[in-house]
Amino acid sequence: MSDIGIFVSVVLTVISAATPLLFAATGELVAEKSGVLNLGVEGMMLVGAVTGFAVTTVSGSATLGIVCAALAAGGMALLFGFITLTLLANQVATGLALTLFGVGLSSVVGQSFVGTPVDALPKLAVPGLAAIPVLGPILFEHDALIYLSVIMVAAVAWFLYRTRAGLVLRAVGDSHEAAHAIGHPVIRVRYLAVLFGGAMAGLGGAFLSLSYTPMWGENMTAGRGWIALALVVFATWRPARVLLGAYLFGGVTILQLHAQGVGIEIPSQVLSMLPYLVTILVLVLISRDQAKVRLNAPACIGKVFHPST
Amino acid sequence: MSRFKLVLGALLGAAVAAGGAALAEELKVGFVYVGPIGDHGWTYRHDIGRQAIEKALGDKVKTSYVESVAEGQDAERVIRQLASSGHKLIFTTSFGYMNPTMKVAKRFPNVHFEHATGYKRDKNLSTYMARFYEGRYVAGRIAGAMTKSGTIGYIASFPIPEVVRGINAFTLALRSVNPTATVKVVWVNTWYDPGKEGDAAKALIDQGADVILQHTDSPGPLQVAEARGVWGFGQASDMRAFAPKAQLSAIIDNWDGYYVARAKATMDGTWDSRDTWGGFNTGMVEMAPYNERIPAEIVADAKATVAAISAGTLHPFQGPIKNQDGEVVVPAGKALDDGALLGMDWYVEGVQGKLPK
Repeated sequence: MSDIGIFVSVVLTVISAATPLLFAATGELVAEKSGVLNLGVEGMMLVGAVTGFAVTTVSGSATLGIVCAALAAGGMALLFGFITLTLLANQVATGLALTLFGVGLSSVVGQSFVGTPVDALPKLAVPGLAAIPVLGPILFEHDALIYLSVIMVAAVAWFLYRTRAGLVLRAVGDSHEAAHAIGHPVIRVRYLAVLFGGAMAGLGGAFLSLSYTPMWGENMTAGRGWIALALVVFATWRPARVLLGAYLFGGVTILQLHAQGVGIEIPSQVLSMLPYLVTILVLVLISRDQAKVRLNAPACIGKVFHPST
Repeated sequence: MSRFKLVLGALLGAAVAAGGAALAEELKVGFVYVGPIGDHGWTYRHDIGRQAIEKALGDKVKTSYVESVAEGQDAERVIRQLASSGHKLIFTTSFGYMNPTMKVAKRFPNVHFEHATGYKRDKNLSTYMARFYEGRYVAGRIAGAMTKSGTIGYIASFPIPEVVRGINAFTLALRSVNPTATVKVVWVNTWYDPGKEGDAAKALIDQGADVILQHTDSPGPLQVAEARGVWGFGQASDMRAFAPKAQLSAIIDNWDGYYVARAKATMDGTWDSRDTWGGFNTGMVEMAPYNERIPAEIVADAKATVAAISAGTLHPFQGPIKNQDGEVVVPAGKALDDGALLGMDWYVEGVQGKLPK
């Protein structure tokens, strides 16, 4: 393979490694911006992955599979919302329980799908643009979910910082009492944000089981939900930085595999740590202005809100 | 988490005890698994072995299993629960269950224990494992004949002797066919992460590998091989469904025969404590059907290699063997003994990169 060919191939690998993280982290960012910390991302991703795979296998329609993945993970999020927003339970404990539940539920549902493959999502080439050398295959020849993941980041950034509804969502996350006092429906906003987070985690899961490795295996997320959660915090709740972080993490992961392949003399255990170290380091460096971090962090995150208190 | 498991264990124990009271005659066999039975790999194959016992012995046995049991304290509780609820034969199927199994075995002298991949034995505790490196040797013969680039990609989990032994056996066979071929090893530091395993395969293919071997459990690398048009080998079970064109063969774990034999031995009182390290000769290791795109003479060579290893006329680690520095570490006419194989922590000539310690 030519050097250019290898470069393109590596970039494509990085993109697919970053996409599930990007979906899950962008969704969680919206939930957290509204003041809700949902630690159930890993569980929602798994439910999305198994639903996407099962529905695609049974119905033959990947589109239906993806929609159902988002709905099923959204259903998990609804359950979380009901317990934490309506019944006012502790968000951390509920989120952890949601992950455990998702792991178990997905393996039960997925039992009969172990060991069967599915066709990977088709690549959609943008006519004309995909023919551009190097840039074409990197930017304009992906499956639908990869395009969607980047569009969603832009959409979320626009929504949060350029729309009135986004402003309300951020206000709810920063001070639910104040938002409530001026008449904003705190609980309803949070429900919607949590549902959006769930649907996005579901899409991340569906990407895993339909595109990244088109198969179902128990626990196939292998901790990506937790990495997504960490990304949101280290990206200081900024959509563009979540994008940067996800791609950085994916990029360093792939590069360390390549470094091993060419026989670089660094212990593989150290190389395996690199994606985490580099991502944290870079995101901490660009977010070192404490005042701005405080400005971005949703002040009410994890706090229970009851209108009467 | 642990309390949850404890409750689960107690419930299971109660259920199992209730079931056992009705039919006191039948032999109860228990299994402890480290992963989910849906992993399509290591635990899946052990569970196939459990089902083989039920098939072979019908209603004279009753089997039960506990899956995804963490190694350590949780394991001891689960094993004790199985032992105290009437199970007379208990298989613990991961290396990390060694000490817990040992402890429980001392408390229940009338229960037979079987621990996979360990080395501690007792009057009522046997150990067993399989010589998977024999399968990797056969894979090396096929890869050496099939590779055009002379570069093989090897996706490895953790730098333990079991995995290093596989890399070396594969490389020795590879270079016995193709003396200049080299093996690139990428450690992913996980047994199971389909995405990461697949990414490692992509990296290796980008670096010129045209055959991929994996010592991780998911079909991820094979799917990549299929998509990229290179060759690969299945791990633990036949993964042809995931890569009908790319899978050359697979190295299959087959515990069925051993499990049935040990259950029968327990029933007729001939069970004894022993150490089994079985290869092709015992059926514990098998090659999956060979890809029909492999030329007939290469298939014939692979089958002859299996037969020779099985008959004991071919030893995968027969000298002369050179290490990475080109020094002869096993002279001609000698073969490595089991002790050296069990502690293997060096690469043979032909493996690229440095072994992480």
